[in-house]
Amino acid sequence: MDRPALVQLKDVTKIYRMGDVELVALRGVSLEIAQGEFTAIMGASGSGKSTLMNLLGCLDRPTAGSYLLEGQDISVLSNDQLASLRNQTLGFVFQSFNLLSRTSALENVELPLLYSGVPAAERHQRARESLVRVGLGDRLHHHPNQMSGGQQQRVAIARALVNRPRVILADEPTGNLDSRTSVDVMALFQALGRTGITVLLVTHEPDIAAYATRVVTMRDGLIRSDQRQAQKAAVPLPDGTEAHP
Amino acid sequence: MSWLMTLRVALRALARNKMRSFLTGLGVVIGVAAVIAMVAIGDGAKARVEATFAAMGSNMLIVMNGSSAGGGAMGGFGSQPTLTWDDLKAIQTELSAVREAAPLLRSSAQLLSDDANWGSSVQGTTPGFLRVRSWDVVQGASFTQSDVDGGAKVALLGQTVVGKLYGANANPVGQIMRIKNVPFTVAGVLARKGQSPFGQDYDDVVLIPVTTFQQKIAGGLKSYITGVIMVSAISADATQRAQAQIRELLRDRHRLSDDADDDFNIRNLSEIASARQEGTRTLTTLLAAIAAVSLLVGGIGIMNIMLVSVTERTREIGVRMAVGARARDIQLQFLVEALTLSVAGGLVGVGLGLGIAWRLAAAFGWSVLVRPDIILLAVGFSGLVGVAFGFYPALKASRLDPITALRFE
Repeated sequence: MDRPALVQLKDVTKIYRMGDVELVALRGVSLEIAQGEFTAIMGASGSGKSTLMNLLGCLDRPTAGSYLLEGQDISVLSNDQLASLRNQTLGFVFQSFNLLSRTSALENVELPLLYSGVPAAERHQRARESLVRVGLGDRLHHHPNQMSGGQQQRVAIARALVNRPRVILADEPTGNLDSRTSVDVMALFQALGRTGITVLLVTHEPDIAAYATRVVTMRDGLIRSDQRQAQKAAVPLPDGTEAHP
Repeated sequence: MSWLMTLRVALRALARNKMRSFLTGLGVVIGVAAVIAMVAIGDGAKARVEATFAAMGSNMLIVMNGSSAGGGAMGGFGSQPTLTWDDLKAIQTELSAVREAAPLLRSSAQLLSDDANWGSSVQGTTPGFLRVRSWDVVQGASFTQSDVDGGAKVALLGQTVVGKLYGANANPVGQIMRIKNVPFTVAGVLARKGQSPFGQDYDDVVLIPVTTFQQKIAGGLKSYITGVIMVSAISADATQRAQAQIRELLRDRHRLSDDADDDFNIRNLSEIASARQEGTRTLTTLLAAIAAVSLLVGGIGIMNIMLVSVTERTREIGVRMAVGARARDIQLQFLVEALTLSVAGGLVGVGLGLGIAWRLAAAFGWSVLVRPDIILLAVGFSGLVGVAFGFYPALKASRLDPITALRFE
């Protein structure tokens, strides 16, 4: 590859200390992810996949080893610089959506822009565009409790997209959705991948991992397998039918 | 994030829990209202004391005759005439700290108008007395020094006397009235002065030239002042100096040896006034302190609710951090929320406090004293309360670990 990979992990370990007990979550993980890859990280609970996700998302720092994001070593960055990376370079999507309640879709999507000092008019404009992009142009002023799970997750994706990130990190994004809505959301991620956004997906469901171009499987804090695959096209099903993956 | 945006976010967060925000703010409302009302009460009381002492006269000293000693029985002050007319003249002319001095001889006498009669206090004095007492003539004019020199039968009537003899609002100037059956011409009417601090009616009085008083109303010793000398110092600060100067002068004039007691007595009324004012100031401070405690309790209420709010919104904090909020953004957000609560409470409290002060003033018949400094202080203090009590919860919020915060149930 000519350019350095977007994400470079080298011998990353992560040890949590709880009093006298040491919990080794990652035992030396090396991983490179190129721009535009759609990677699924799989593994059972306790395999270290969530810890890996938190590190990749700059929410945490490795105990040892190095993590370069866009060639930048994140271990030397201050907390404020990490916050700025999360704001500008990364976008998060969570299993439980994590939208602010009693706050409209538009305002939820504007949230990252608040912290990057975008002026109000541009903020509204970009948030609206982002919501239109995920197919919610007609739900701008709905509150989370007025929307279905799939719609809420799409608002969350719009929020992750609004600051034009390089990487979207999705932690079990379909975990709270029914299978049919899950397909919709995966189709959205695939579409994003085609525009050059790097998507990192944590899941324990092989059906969901099938939509990725690469599957990294973890167990006991180590990568057990790393396979590239032809991604399964997520075709949104017509109304009234059930998904049978 | 800009300040304006932070404020809007704070307002929205507060609006989400309206009842709770209201109750939390109420603590500060009551605290600030209490401070404002209490200070207003204290100031009202102080102003009233000041007004009563101002009515007595400005920077006033009273020089009294000495005590008599006959057959082992000591008389009170004033029982032994020692002050002479020359003493008065010396006080008037020789002392730098004295602005004005006037004799005051008193007697009670029956007054007669054409249709009414009234027993009142008749006081013989000089025109300087009105300046000592800061007393204006509202109708007619004061008698003059030549009236005094010539023993003219002219009188200045107090408002109460006018009311009793001629009816309220009557203009008796030029009328003939009788004091102890001696006819006097009413030269003028004195301004209303109200009550003394001891409940005495200042307006129930008739002033006549001191010479006329000695000749027609009460005889007695002509060379001694059978009353008091009212002295006004050049300023409030000079009353002590005036007192010392008068004492030195009189001891010298009366040829008292160094070990002899004073054969006169000087009362410093401004000292009484300042003692009274000190008392009301202490009262004001006490009331304000009690009120400040309630403001403090309001602050603790804010802290309590902010801590609850931080816990409740842990996930929200996690989300904000995940999308790029820095620790100081989070801290500022909660600080501004606490500040908004307390300052809003403070402003409402000012309104409520002024309302209470108004009602109390009306009830007690005081003037309402709106003190901008106290209002600023109260609002400023409530802001300080917000910052002080909001700081810890805000710090706590900003120190949350985003991963833990996101997982918080």
